[in-house]
Amino acid sequence: MIRDRGIGSKLWRTAVWAVAILFVLNLLGVIATVVMNSLATRWLGTWLPVDFTTRWYFSAWREFQLTEVLLVTFQVVFVVTLLSGLIGITTAYALARREFAGKRFAILVFLLPLLVPPLTYGIPLATLLYQVGLGGSFWGVVIINLVPSIPFVVLVMIPFIEQIDPRVEAAARVFGAGTGSLFLRILLPLLLPGMLAALLLVLVRTIAMFELTFLVAGPTSQTLVVSLYYAVFASGVRASQSIDAMAVVYMVTTLFWLVLALRFVNPTQIVARAKQSQAAH
Amino acid sequence: MSDAAFSTPARTFARPSLKTRLAAKGFDGTTLLVLPGLVAVLALFIYPFLYGVVDSLTPETGAWYENYRRFFSDPFLYNTIAATLWLALPVTILNLALAVPIAFRVRLMRRQKLLTTLLVLPITLGTVLVAEGLLNFLGPQGWFNRTLVTIGLLEAPLRLTNNYWGVFASLLITGFPFAFLLTLSYVSGIDPAIEQAAATLGANARRRFTRVFLPLLVPGLAVTFCLAFVQAFAVFPSAVLLGAPAGPTRVISIAAYSAAFEEYNHSLGSAIAIIMGLVQLAVVLAVLGLRGLFYRGPAGGTKG
Repeated sequence: MIRDRGIGSKLWRTAVWAVAILFVLNLLGVIATVVMNSLATRWLGTWLPVDFTTRWYFSAWREFQLTEVLLVTFQVVFVVTLLSGLIGITTAYALARREFAGKRFAILVFLLPLLVPPLTYGIPLATLLYQVGLGGSFWGVVIINLVPSIPFVVLVMIPFIEQIDPRVEAAARVFGAGTGSLFLRILLPLLLPGMLAALLLVLVRTIAMFELTFLVAGPTSQTLVVSLYYAVFASGVRASQSIDAMAVVYMVTTLFWLVLALRFVNPTQIVARAKQSQAAH
Repeated sequence: MSDAAFSTPARTFARPSLKTRLAAKGFDGTTLLVLPGLVAVLALFIYPFLYGVVDSLTPETGAWYENYRRFFSDPFLYNTIAATLWLALPVTILNLALAVPIAFRVRLMRRQKLLTTLLVLPITLGTVLVAEGLLNFLGPQGWFNRTLVTIGLLEAPLRLTNNYWGVFASLLITGFPFAFLLTLSYVSGIDPAIEQAAATLGANARRRFTRVFLPLLVPGLAVTFCLAFVQAFAVFPSAVLLGAPAGPTRVISIAAYSAAFEEYNHSLGSAIAIIMGLVQLAVVLAVLGLRGLFYRGPAGGTKG
């Protein structure tokens, strides 16, 4: 580890930390505002609310039929994560390991969905889904969410796979490993951090994916973000505290997955590996 | 694959099997793994996209280019391009400008988890929570203005919501963690030995950054820029909830959505969606084109 001790680099370091701390402080302020409002009886033009209550959570849960909405959200998200993981990782492996005619074209095909805004393909795809009768259904929501997820997994996984030395695989082959045990014993352990990271990002992205779900979601296939949006959009009908309570529920659900994933995955896993190999020298 | 070789018996004997020949060109069982993904993207992205193009060229009335003519002759419609770019480009650049130095500091930390979690927190918030939170936090009676007035930095509260700045703040909050995570993993992917080598040769921190890290990082940064820009450019719910959706933050996705699902003119909606895609693609291709001018190769070390 190299540490510079000059005055300039000290100032720079302080400035970077100051900006990071300011960002975090404002962020915590934003979150605290919502949490506090969701617990407030009345909060107008003062530092703190008049009094605190938890009744908004109960009323929001009933009002927005949260049990059902949460169930739909998780079903959609897990199916999307599973399918895009299966399809994306196999694709990424082929793209990372083989050179073949048309590979550049294939990569372009996978890049495009990430490079155009969701609404660009979302509007025609939603029109098509409504035509074949999938609009407003569970599978319609899953299908439209797969479009950005599969390429996302592919794109995130390619560098992870490329980092694994192909000689490791070749060595395993030499020692007689078949494709199955090569995958289970060699690739899976080495790829697990990358896979978990990619799938975690897909999971959180899908929970948060508003635009696409919004286009095809019907009354029974609304995910949490979409029903939240409708709640705010039609605000005036509902108390802001009630909406905030639901927003907090949304945050807690996503946060749960994020914290869970962070226990298994360090997003900077790659650096840890580089440092370990450093120590082994 | 020459047929002449096939007809000579002696050559056929020496000729490797079809499988081997295909493998030499890079086609084997592993290559076939690309098929499910390719089929999915072709069916779910390319086909609808082409359908959208055709749909946009077949308006209910008028010539085939009627939708596009209408878009570019109506300032209420074509101004949305500028409004969107004016939001998305500054936010993306600011996000990257913040992400790179912070990622470089975090890389050196031993206990990265807490900070990483804090910085990643905004991903979990969701547009609605951010919108609701910012409306209160940045509002005239919110904590932000209150604090600044109390410590005497401001005379009167700033107007930061239901305008450009509200949407800007929301894009910053939701976009930064994404940019940060990607930058961090790209920065971490660079072998520390390379930096140590540069330091051994007498390069100071700034030179190590500009001569060693930056060239290695540019491809990653270009990808990060593109992905962050895509998110910012597609801004939709927060522009409605936090901005002035009839005025300065009437972004192009609002125009596309309202044409397709409020006026039920899916042809015009598709046209606006295609224009949106083209504008964004132009920016992305420009960035990726610039990336091509830089070093491309491994940034990790291999043990000899």
